[in-house]
Amino acid sequence: MTAPALQAFRTGDTPLPDIVILAHKLTRAYDMGGEVVRALQGVSVQIKKNEYVAVMGPSGSGKSTLMNLIGCLDTPTSGEYWLNAQKVSDLDDDALARIRNKEIGFVFQTFNLLPRATALHNVELPLIYAGHGARARRAQAAHALERVGLADRMAHRPNELSGGQRQRVAIARALVNEPSILLADEPTGNLDSTTSGEIMQVFAALHGQGQTIVMVTHEHDIAAHAARVVTLRDGLIATDQRQAA
Amino acid sequence: MPVFEAFRLALQTIRAQKLKSGFSLLGVFIGVASLIAAWSIVNGVNRYMTEKFAQTLYGVNTFQLRRRPMFAANVPDSVWRAWRRRPRIKFSDAEAVTAALTMPVVTAWQSDDNGSVFYGGKEARDIQLVAASERYFEIKNLRIAMGRPFTAQENRSGTPVAVLGDGVAKRLFVDRTPLGRSVRIGGISYRVVGVVEKQGSVLGFPLDRFVVVPAFAPAQNLVNPPGVVDALLVKARSEVEMREAMEVAEGVMRSRRHLRPNQDNNFVLDTSEGVQRFWAGISRILVVVLPGVVIVSLVIGGIVIMNIMLMSVAERTREIGLRKSLGARRRDVLRQFLAESAAIATVGATFGIVAGIALTLLINAVSPLPASVSPASVVLGVVMGAGVGVIAGVYPASRAARLDPIAALRQE
Repeated sequence: MTAPALQAFRTGDTPLPDIVILAHKLTRAYDMGGEVVRALQGVSVQIKKNEYVAVMGPSGSGKSTLMNLIGCLDTPTSGEYWLNAQKVSDLDDDALARIRNKEIGFVFQTFNLLPRATALHNVELPLIYAGHGARARRAQAAHALERVGLADRMAHRPNELSGGQRQRVAIARALVNEPSILLADEPTGNLDSTTSGEIMQVFAALHGQGQTIVMVTHEHDIAAHAARVVTLRDGLIATDQRQAA
Repeated sequence: MPVFEAFRLALQTIRAQKLKSGFSLLGVFIGVASLIAAWSIVNGVNRYMTEKFAQTLYGVNTFQLRRRPMFAANVPDSVWRAWRRRPRIKFSDAEAVTAALTMPVVTAWQSDDNGSVFYGGKEARDIQLVAASERYFEIKNLRIAMGRPFTAQENRSGTPVAVLGDGVAKRLFVDRTPLGRSVRIGGISYRVVGVVEKQGSVLGFPLDRFVVVPAFAPAQNLVNPPGVVDALLVKARSEVEMREAMEVAEGVMRSRRHLRPNQDNNFVLDTSEGVQRFWAGISRILVVVLPGVVIVSLVIGGIVIMNIMLMSVAERTREIGLRKSLGARRRDVLRQFLAESAAIATVGATFGIVAGIALTLLINAVSPLPASVSPASVVLGVVMGAGVGVIAGVYPASRAARLDPIAALRQE
């Protein structure tokens, strides 16, 4: 089943209110020592609030580049990117940092936890950059850890936690600022299948609570958890399908 | 991120990497410690010079009429030779100046040289032999511990009596009383009438190795040619009266020496300012050398910190990428690393201050230098330490701040 055609977006339009992510003819070219590599060649996609989308594609298909653009870590060479009714494709560095802080929760393949900090402190990090006071931070971080079932592991350091627990700490960190989207890059890439299943359950629960999730993966059984699968090939969207969860 | 948060984070990092941080703060540590210690020595000697030394050697509101200054630093040979060609101060000069001073002053003659003092089979060598008039003790503030000073009568008649310094008394008589016994100076016997209180030492020079005999005693011939004194000491009641007395003395001497108005004095009226100028000359050398040492070690300290910070930025590239992905702005990352290098340097400076103070106390305890910690040096130490940290941190921190989050996150 192909995704239902949304209202066509033209340059100069504003996205509909329930659209969280709107990419319009995004291109991204890199200059690799004189040779121009066109990683994205005009990607248009709209993602609604509370969608659960998997982005798939072989390596070199441009899925990482798309991921970086959606995560506001990078800016497109051309095209428009709207996040939550805000046009972010032409914001400056500091404004992008603010968007990342408020709107996006990253989950990485390698967890990226600070090794010397406790689970609680790791989860507090985004709140520090948001400028929250220490007391509010601790309460919010503790709450986020409770949401991922780690209420009893707050004072542990990453090396005292299992892989699955570490990834759940990372998810708590991604959620702590109540972002518009949870952006996961191969979230189960470093985990065994049992633990992967646990993480997918966490994602499903969050989706059930209304969280919008975008997940990059190359594993079909992981992508199967999502309600919609977007496949990229050679910098273009190849397929965009809804599926039964 | 608030500054406070940045510093808390910095201290955590330092605590987590004790060895590395220890090495990186070594340079600042040494710089600040040497700053404090060296400054303390200069400061202590300065205070000593102004408060005690000058007073001990000269007395308050006292000047000396001499052929040449008692202390002089950096005197060229030509000046020195000119001083040596000057006529000496005669008994008659001293008498004329004393007679001309109408304000209430205390005066004394003084001549001295080094020599030996004998008692029985014992010899005290390298003793300052002073031939002086009876008010000498009063001007020099030498209190008599035992016996009495000699009298004006004994002075005028050149009676062979002697007042011993504490060191000489101890050397020759150990714990027997010297009073009434005779010591020999230049082959002539002097009856000991008094012993002066212990004076201690100045900068390691003992002040108790002297013998005072009347100015007209036979020992005068040992220390000076006949009719010549080294100095006429004049003590006034106040600074103002001292200046007046100096003017009178200058006028009398110039007319006695037949100096024309365009000719310079061929004598000096030396005051404790002279000693202080002499010390200022020495301390100026220290003041030039000292900042050199401190600056060199602080620059080295800064370079070490910069290197360690560059290493730290390289090692923590992923962390920086992560922080940026979580919403850290450039200025947040910049602040974090600046705070870290400033904190390293400040911790180093703090240890340096402690070590500098300890060193000062040690110098005080084991050397004759009267070191004393100057509060200004402590403040300067902290400021310079933190300043070095911030300056050394600018380049590594701005490199960290400029990192591209995507590349940084991909870093292994």
